[in-house]
Amino acid sequence: MRGTLAAPLPALAPALSPCCFGAEVAEPGLGPLKGTGTAATYRVYLGTRGEAAQAGLTMAKQLQARRLDGIDHNPWVEFVKLASEHDVVNLGQGFPDFPPPDFAVKAFQHAVSGDFMLNQYTKAFVIIIEPFFDCYEPMTVMAGGRPVFVPLKPGPIQNGELGSSSNWQLDSMELASKFTSRTKALVLNTPNNPLGKVFSREELELVASLCQQHDVVCITDEVYQWMVYDGHRHISIASLPGMWERTLTIGSAGKTFSATGWKVGWVLGPDHIMKHLRTVHQNSIFHCPTQSQAAVAESFEREQLLFGQPSSYFVQFPQAMQRCRDHMIRSLQSVGLKPVIPQGSYFLVTDISDFKRKMPDLPGAMDEPYDRRFVKWMIKNKGLVAIPVSIFYSVPHQKHFDHYIRFCFVKDEATLQAMDEKLRKWKAEL
Amino acid sequence: MFLAQRSLCFPSGRAKFLKTISSSKILGFSVSAKMSLKFTNAKRIEGLDSNMWIEFTKLAADPSVVNLGQGFPDISPPTYVKEELSKIAAIDSLNQYTRGFGHPSLVKALSYLYEKLYQKQIDSNKEILVTVGAYGSLFNTVQALIDEGDEVILIVPFYDCYEPMVRMAGATPVFIPLRSKPVDGKRWSSSDWTLDPQELESKFNSKTKAIILNTPHNPLGKVYNKEELQVIADLCIKYDTLCISDEVYEWLVYSGNKHLKIATFPGMWERTITIGSAGKTFSVTGWKLGWSIGPNHLIKHLQTVQQNTIYTCATPLQEALAQAFWIDIKRMDDPECYFNSLPKELEVKRDRIVHLLESVGLKPIVPDGGYFIIADVSLLDPDLSDMKNNEPYDYKFVKWMTKHKKLSAIPVSAFCNSETKSQFEKFVRFCFIKKDSTLDAAEEIIKAWSVQKS
Repeated sequence: MRGTLAAPLPALAPALSPCCFGAEVAEPGLGPLKGTGTAATYRVYLGTRGEAAQAGLTMAKQLQARRLDGIDHNPWVEFVKLASEHDVVNLGQGFPDFPPPDFAVKAFQHAVSGDFMLNQYTKAFVIIIEPFFDCYEPMTVMAGGRPVFVPLKPGPIQNGELGSSSNWQLDSMELASKFTSRTKALVLNTPNNPLGKVFSREELELVASLCQQHDVVCITDEVYQWMVYDGHRHISIASLPGMWERTLTIGSAGKTFSATGWKVGWVLGPDHIMKHLRTVHQNSIFHCPTQSQAAVAESFEREQLLFGQPSSYFVQFPQAMQRCRDHMIRSLQSVGLKPVIPQGSYFLVTDISDFKRKMPDLPGAMDEPYDRRFVKWMIKNKGLVAIPVSIFYSVPHQKHFDHYIRFCFVKDEATLQAMDEKLRKWKAEL
Repeated sequence: MFLAQRSLCFPSGRAKFLKTISSSKILGFSVSAKMSLKFTNAKRIEGLDSNMWIEFTKLAADPSVVNLGQGFPDISPPTYVKEELSKIAAIDSLNQYTRGFGHPSLVKALSYLYEKLYQKQIDSNKEILVTVGAYGSLFNTVQALIDEGDEVILIVPFYDCYEPMVRMAGATPVFIPLRSKPVDGKRWSSSDWTLDPQELESKFNSKTKAIILNTPHNPLGKVYNKEELQVIADLCIKYDTLCISDEVYEWLVYSGNKHLKIATFPGMWERTITIGSAGKTFSVTGWKLGWSIGPNHLIKHLQTVQQNTIYTCATPLQEALAQAFWIDIKRMDDPECYFNSLPKELEVKRDRIVHLLESVGLKPIVPDGGYFIIADVSLLDPDLSDMKNNEPYDYKFVKWMTKHKKLSAIPVSAFCNSETKSQFEKFVRFCFIKKDSTLDAAEEIIKAWSVQKS
């Protein structure tokens, strides 16, 4: 390339607010994407062999693989996009808006400025990455599997009291009825996103006994394992008798060290199952970034030395987040939202039934679940972002769970104060 | 790691659970016979578990071995690249999730750069996808666009992951080898290896969904010229197929050669995915960032796979990469620009290793690009009798050489399908993006070896 650059280069990109991220999807689920020229027609002349012909872009055969059918849509697009278009306090998408602990940042800096050979490939097979909860369904479908859903249901609560995530339970008969001879795996998530439920030993024993009875693999997503409150204990189902040989346990550096952008996760399990994950790993991404892994390793080493002690991040961080949780629970009630106290995770859900009674006709598409319409209204009119809980349910069950919205409380004090400000205004307008 | 303490008791419902558990215990757990069936792998990975990198990387891990095997630099990446990452590690927001399809500042830098190379506008959001390495781009492309029953043409030798990725998608790879013209005393060059146009056309049929092209080529170092790319383009258009163009070594092209992008040929933009790599561009293979560039009607399907697999790539690495790109974009005409300085530096190393291999009577194929060189090593003729019998010659040779000569390389038949392995089994691939002391050590070993023989 010759010549000087014609235009001045764009200024260094500012640290963009992450609320906009994840806004796009390959195929936004609701309506045509604004601004795209639909199926753009690329008309070109084929100059080969002196022939001039016009070619459209469509191929005679189907373009995309059939495994993508029905999974191109993704619910986050609307809400994250909305959050970026309005002046909001973003309590929607689940990431901390404060920094990782110093030792983790130092570990990463150490990793990126140390041995320059860490800039090169590491040995393979160290970590397998699993993202968010809503993805379980499309991932299953993409693999040609069939999802079978069984809901947690809230028990009755006394008038005037707040519910707890522990109150949300599986019906054991209903759960047992879902197992058939063709059931291959069960996906468990504890602490649970969005409810914050921490499964008890008894509940895990029920799941374990069914998995063993029907010879099913248990995939347990335990990314929030350190985020447990009120003295609750996280229990890994793989530690129950008979379960290690049939369980894959997934963890996340992003949630463990408040560094979601590092994108390092891991899976633990018996070799006879892990070997198949390694095959997929070596035929997909092959490696994960070296420095990120080095930083995670160093961070864990530090924590190992302090395990169980008051200065451990795994002790201090959940203590601090419990305070954020409690702050949010108090504040949200002031406008008539009814929080369900979470035992763990980054999130709590609030019951919006009162709003559904008082404002049943919020704008939205036909058949759009109430909670989505409510969230959009809240973003535009009250400047607060939350996530409608119906997106975490299968399509047939969404109409039964359209009266809850999810807030993320793992946020900076300043963010929670900004939330309080918005709530004060909201309360004044009630 | 497993905190197995009892949870706080919540009285409601416990009794119900306990009752259920005891009754299921009665049923017993005599399921070990059944277990083996349910625990088998999904059919899609059947036969794909072996991977030659694992074997050879393990062999080369011995620190006393001079490693010219796996393709990663042991030269330092540019200082400013490392510095950017260091600075960025301290910026809070950059430790959290970023945009799934690519961090904004990175896709902007990529579109700015590639618009110049493609001489067309490239939408940074819709026509670029950032992935976990070029591997991730290959995976997304194959999973998105290749279906069961499709055929995909692979040019032998091929980067080894193409075949298992195609098979994992339930498709059938169709192979065509590069063949060498006779060289008659002149230096053997990667450009002497070509595809026969008729043979190539015979591989296309109505089931052909795509062809995977790799230029500059690993392991040969071939840089496809205009005529060769035109033949491929004509066939893609005639048979209405896609082209997946792996161009990770696009900057590593030596004097007298030019890297051409098949996506810029008439009729090709709308049917081509072009793949690039940060690891190869900035000598930072451990960052695992790559990208796919193409028309939105193809990229959107790669994005669907992305959102249902890894969702997003690491933020700090993407930001650092963006900054590194801007630094070099600003000085693309400068010899200091890494896109210019690295190929110059590597050309010297290439010439050095060519000279070394020739000096001991081996026949290297001088690469026009990339950072590998392959040579026919049969002249060295070691005693391989104590190596495993059922392996190709070059596998045995490399293992023997690693063990006895403390020099590692990669057997070229690892880049071949089973039918063509015998065509390439006398060839071994050496990586030369290594610091001088590594090449010095390799030189010592090779020279001593040939003295021993004479």
